[in-house]
Amino acid sequence: MSEPADIHEQAGAYVLDALDDVERRAFEAHLDRCTICKEELESLRSAAVSLAYAGSAPAPPTRLRERILESARNERLAEVIPLRRRLAVPSALTLAAVAACAAIALGIWASSLSGRLDHERSARQADAQALAIMSTPGARRIPLLGAKGSLVVTPDRDAALVVAGLPKSPSGKTYEAWVVRAGQPRPAGVFQGGGPRAIFALTLPVPRGSRVAVSEEPAGGSTTVPSKLLFASQTTA
Amino acid sequence: MLRPGVKDADQEALSGERRETHSGRDLAHFSDEALLALVSRSDEQALAELYDRYGRAAYGLALRILRDSALAEDAVQEAFMTVWRSAGSFLAERAKASTWILTLVHRRAVDLVRREERRRGEPLETVEPAGGEATDEEADLRARRRVVQAALRQLPDDQREALELAYYGGFTQSELAERLGQPLGTIKSRMFTGLRRLRDLLADSGLDIAPEL
Repeated sequence: MSEPADIHEQAGAYVLDALDDVERRAFEAHLDRCTICKEELESLRSAAVSLAYAGSAPAPPTRLRERILESARNERLAEVIPLRRRLAVPSALTLAAVAACAAIALGIWASSLSGRLDHERSARQADAQALAIMSTPGARRIPLLGAKGSLVVTPDRDAALVVAGLPKSPSGKTYEAWVVRAGQPRPAGVFQGGGPRAIFALTLPVPRGSRVAVSEEPAGGSTTVPSKLLFASQTTA
Repeated sequence: MLRPGVKDADQEALSGERRETHSGRDLAHFSDEALLALVSRSDEQALAELYDRYGRAAYGLALRILRDSALAEDAVQEAFMTVWRSAGSFLAERAKASTWILTLVHRRAVDLVRREERRRGEPLETVEPAGGEATDEEADLRARRRVVQAALRQLPDDQREALELAYYGGFTQSELAERLGQPLGTIKSRMFTGLRRLRDLLADSGLDIAPEL
């Protein structure tokens, strides 16, 4: 394919995004072969990008930052449990309404009250277990996505969640941990959060290649699929 | 893995070891490259820190091209989502993170302006931000703006016009040739020569215009 004599000059239009699709592909093909253009391209690109600084920069609306972070978080959480995308389609309001109806219909209020004493006893045991996991030699820490803290996994695959600044779960609600393997979530215990640092020992081992996610559920927890994912381990355990 | 010239905080990030939690304050000492390494491992706070560094310049650029705040927000969001998804593969290219981010924003804004057929920018129309010198970031952006504007003023008018219409107006070279009533080859030359000259002027100014990694 013969190239026009001024093909090297296209580098200017290329870094200014002033080529149409056909021209851009042609120039990129040329770029693959042309060391002269390749060498000069980065400095021309920097010069083009400097134009971004030539205008005044009004502050973006503050919601934009949260929008970007939320969308990044949601996209990554959706990868943890692929089903979630379908589950999450109803708005937060609808979800809350559905959850409230379900709680009333199932009489969960009563059962959660009677279970409270048992819960407090077992909570202290769970704390001790979580502390033991955290101090196990060779335990790995995996940072969390969507919350500050980490998942601690011992060489025996026992695991605890350590979450900073997790508010106590709203009344009628609980946090539930899930071990997710190949997109399949299995419930791994419920906890309440609160305090500067919530620690929780999972009731299931965490096999290699799985991830851990935490959802918000109606009191008592769910046994099938998480309804609203809040955060997850950044990577597989 | 030891890399000479990399700060302690970066070393920590690159080797994957981290304190259990970190505040945004800790991340402020990380290089852009270290932040990208964290972003490639789904670290949301590292993405937030990159946004805090370049979000304002990104939004200003998108707004200037698109002249519509909702579209500008979309362009910035899409660019940062590309950063979120592709930080790992970008790191391998070893180019400047800030250049990459602003290039993504520009490309996206130009796509949108062409699709929307919006009114396209007249050169150097500016919207003054409200309020005084609020933050370091703002002061830094103002310093950059002065240097780039001074360099632009030293370009011949026809070169400056071609650069500004292409970069802020989102015109293709063919549209520019038609609009300015010049042969396409002339337009290509003006952009190429103008950019080279701008690059050299900025180098002489001593200010590193796109922040280092």
